[in-house]
Amino acid sequence: MARRAAPEINAGSMADIAFLLLIFFLVTTTMDVDTGITRKLPPPVENPDEDVDVKERNVLKILVNSQDMLMVDGKRGDVRQLKDKAKDFMALHPDNPDYPEVAPKFIEELGKEVPSSKGVISLKNDRGTSYEMYIMVQNELARAFNEMKDEKSVELFGVKYSQLVDETKIDIINALVPVRISEAEPEDIGGGS
Amino acid sequence: MSRFKTKKGKGRPGINTSSLPDIIFMLLFFFMVSTTMREVTVRVKQQMPEATEIQKLDKKSLVSFIYIGEPKNTKLYGTNSRIQLNDVFADVDDIPEFIAKEREARDEADRKFLTTSLKVDGSTKMGIVTDVKQELRKSGAFKINYSTRKKVERNR
Repeated sequence: MARRAAPEINAGSMADIAFLLLIFFLVTTTMDVDTGITRKLPPPVENPDEDVDVKERNVLKILVNSQDMLMVDGKRGDVRQLKDKAKDFMALHPDNPDYPEVAPKFIEELGKEVPSSKGVISLKNDRGTSYEMYIMVQNELARAFNEMKDEKSVELFGVKYSQLVDETKIDIINALVPVRISEAEPEDIGGGS
Repeated sequence: MSRFKTKKGKGRPGINTSSLPDIIFMLLFFFMVSTTMREVTVRVKQQMPEATEIQKLDKKSLVSFIYIGEPKNTKLYGTNSRIQLNDVFADVDDIPEFIAKEREARDEADRKFLTTSLKVDGSTKMGIVTDVKQELRKSGAFKINYSTRKKVERNR
């Protein structure tokens, strides 16, 4: 008995079905990539009374008050100049008592000691500071460190930090230019919450 | 009168559409693979501040989000900034539990790479953010990311 050949399925509507699914996924998809400033929080302090002794000249104090005004090193400052100030502060100034101390630091990957600044940038904000201002300050400080990393990287390897591929090279730059931003323990420094 | 040519029978041949489903399927698969469904409904206003020095959050599965901002429904919840964990408003005290749960949901090996992304509205005051950060420090979630938008620079 010869079987009748099965009739072919009409595939003409396939495109329509696929279109329907496509439109569903087009609508539900969210393509936004999450971006932001990554920071590492310090572990909690065990005895809060114990003060870590840091010399005055090694610290660049940045204060932001509840009116979003900036005080850099005891003077009123501007966010636009913050990056240059931070860079200037963290740069090496041997034998200048106005700038942080310079001490030799052993870098494992390079196998030798290099002079390194002992400077720390201390950031303190009020509870009333707006988040926008805080991010602006953080961004400027990040920019200062990124530019310093770029300069160092160009000097040593001839390419910018962001274009480095070799892990050890990245480690060397990170060791040479440590991101030293310290955030003070929170406290009220003047009104508003 | 053969001066006028008859148009009949000389139309352009139709475009072959038999490969159309394949093309559409290709697009479909692209979107299916690249799509990520939104898991939470954000109940707070989210106008992120802008920044230039931003990094991408690469491993999305290893990120837990904390939303802070003014509630969208101000009639019901007032205008004070609130913290949102998962789908509900929460207090600062709820954060350690939230972090513990987020950790438990991940593989043991991945736990130390867990990043907390703070999605904070720009107009929020730092007080609440500082409280959250203190809580995160206490619960050992040190890696944080301040979520920002990319600033478009004009002079570069």
